Amino acid sequence: MTRTRGEAAVTISGLVKTFGRFTAVDQISLTVGRGEIFGFLGANGAGKSTTIRMLCGILAPTAGSGTVAGLDIVRETEQIKTRIGYMSQRFSLYDDLTVTENIEFFGEIYGVYGARLARRTAWILAMANLRERQDSLTGELAMGWKQRLALGCAMVHEPEMLFLDEPTAGVDPASRRRFWELIYAAAEQGVTIFVTTHYMDEAEHCDRLALMHRGRIIALGTPAELKDGYMAGTLLEVRAEPVMAALERLSSLPAVREVALFGSALHAVVGGPDEADDVRAALDAAGIRVERLAPARPSLDDVFVALIEQAERGA
Amino acid sequence: MMLLRTWMIMWKEFRQIARDPRMLAVVVALPTFMILLYGYAINLDVRAVRMAVYDQSRSPQSRELVNAFARSGYFRVIAYPGNDREVTALLDGGRARMVLIIPARFARRLADGETAPVQVLMDGADSTTASTALGYAADILQQYSSHVALEAARRAGLTAPATGQPVENRARYWYNPELRSNHFTIPGLIAVILMMLAALLTSVTVVRERERGTIEGLLASPVRPLELMLGKLAPYVLIAFGDVLLVMAVSAVVFHVPLVGSPALVLALAGIFVIAALGIGLLISTVAPTQQVAMVAAVMATQLPTVLLSGFIFPISSMPQAVQLLTALIPATHFIRILRGIFLKGNTLAILWQPALVLAVIAVAMVLLSANRFRRTL
Repeated sequence: MTRTRGEAAVTISGLVKTFGRFTAVDQISLTVGRGEIFGFLGANGAGKSTTIRMLCGILAPTAGSGTVAGLDIVRETEQIKTRIGYMSQRFSLYDDLTVTENIEFFGEIYGVYGARLARRTAWILAMANLRERQDSLTGELAMGWKQRLALGCAMVHEPEMLFLDEPTAGVDPASRRRFWELIYAAAEQGVTIFVTTHYMDEAEHCDRLALMHRGRIIALGTPAELKDGYMAGTLLEVRAEPVMAALERLSSLPAVREVALFGSALHAVVGGPDEADDVRAALDAAGIRVERLAPARPSLDDVFVALIEQAERGA
Repeated sequence: MMLLRTWMIMWKEFRQIARDPRMLAVVVALPTFMILLYGYAINLDVRAVRMAVYDQSRSPQSRELVNAFARSGYFRVIAYPGNDREVTALLDGGRARMVLIIPARFARRLADGETAPVQVLMDGADSTTASTALGYAADILQQYSSHVALEAARRAGLTAPATGQPVENRARYWYNPELRSNHFTIPGLIAVILMMLAALLTSVTVVRERERGTIEGLLASPVRPLELMLGKLAPYVLIAFGDVLLVMAVSAVVFHVPLVGSPALVLALAGIFVIAALGIGLLISTVAPTQQVAMVAAVMATQLPTVLLSGFIFPISSMPQAVQLLTALIPATHFIRILRGIFLKGNTLAILWQPALVLAVIAVAMVLLSANRFRRTL
């Protein structure tokens, strides 16, 4: 799924943003290649939106530097704005304008008019499947429709980069899946995608990921790299009966660094694969019936939970 | 490019306004309501003052004097008390604002060619009305005594109108000969209403985008602050201009305020004034945290100074020096000067260029300041 990386679409180095005494973004650096789908993960308030706003020229950085499409994010914000598309968490659509009026408005302020606007409008209506609702007021649309319209409006001027800030927040799962199909399609066309999310399943769709925590990037890589490289120790998947007793026993074992309930199974982190037998023995000794105990590949969830706990301990 | 984006912002605002029924109600109902309310309530004229007459003379002469009061239109005789107690009761209870007491020897003294004193008791609690009414009363008494003197002279066989007055006052009031306070207040009222309405209209336009989150889409786009401000201003200039026509029509049709000067000049300068007022609203909108705050701020910032300090009712010349300087910063001060000049005196731009220029400077400053504040608050 990894695309060939050409020239950098985004470079950031030592970027800082403070609001009064609060540091929202703390010395982050990264590079995004052209055509990549780059995911920015983190909890609310981790600094994802602040970073994206600095890249889009909406917010001036406190310190550090960066480029978007080869243009400086401090000095060349006006040129950047014409070459990127931005979709905010709140979609930025006018509820009291109709679907086509919104497209027309955003098209013309980006300098798309006449025959090109007509062509782009038709394309967006088809992409977002909104042709039958083109004259509806935007405020009357369901969230999923609005979200696709917002994506369309962000793409009306055929930008080379898209910045999507939590584009799927508050949208139902089916719409989310459809939305990601649209993002893939855009990436296929060579559009670089910079997307923030706090959904782990969406993170799996990205070519590369950065995990943000309290303004810092605490992990950076492809989903596979993150799963393999960032987890200190081995993850054991344990299915045992009774499960709560097993959870209690495991958390008291010195060999087990972390244990968490994961669906009907338990995920325990130990030093290495050879410690699996000791764990099994301990559970057996406590009279707990073990159905399955085997090393498992961690999910992104596991990795991020572990990384954030690690960061918190370090802090 | 710049024009296209400004045009698109304007087009968008128009659509949004047209779909907002509350906005249309504000634009039409508010100015109509305000001009009718203020126009009828703010009446500085003293007419039909309730008066009582304690006529101890009961003579044809005394009746003639009372008639002179009643005919003037300034007084309305509502009671004829028969003793001092009744006189006091009428004033205490507020039934009469003024009592005329004509002594018993009134007719005799006149017949004998002596000076015949009469007493006027005035309820001085409302000092403005009291002094005005007293002025009218003095005029009527003066005219009556001239008339009596003339009659006496004629009976004595003198031909020349020797009124016994070496200097005669022949005052004439220019521009508002009947001294109708309406003619003074209504042009000022036009300024007061337009000021508040225009500031209110634009006060929410920017902060609404902020509250709804649509501002981010604009900020991320190539739209520049000045393009945004001009685009947002333009539709409201047209709307406010419609309101100029509305309040001018009401003032002519309902209050019969004459327009001596050029209607075209009034409209042109009103255009500059509403841009200044809309600019103040726009500036408030770029700094206000919420729509509610913006609306309250717009009313407070425009209504109080405009009513109190613009010379709308209270003359600027009698304010302290420091306050007089402050009044120059208020757009309505200049516009009221313009309106009274054109409506009542028929002034032309040759006389009014100075306040017109000040208005234009305020208008441009407000729009530029809004664009500047907007850029800084991203």
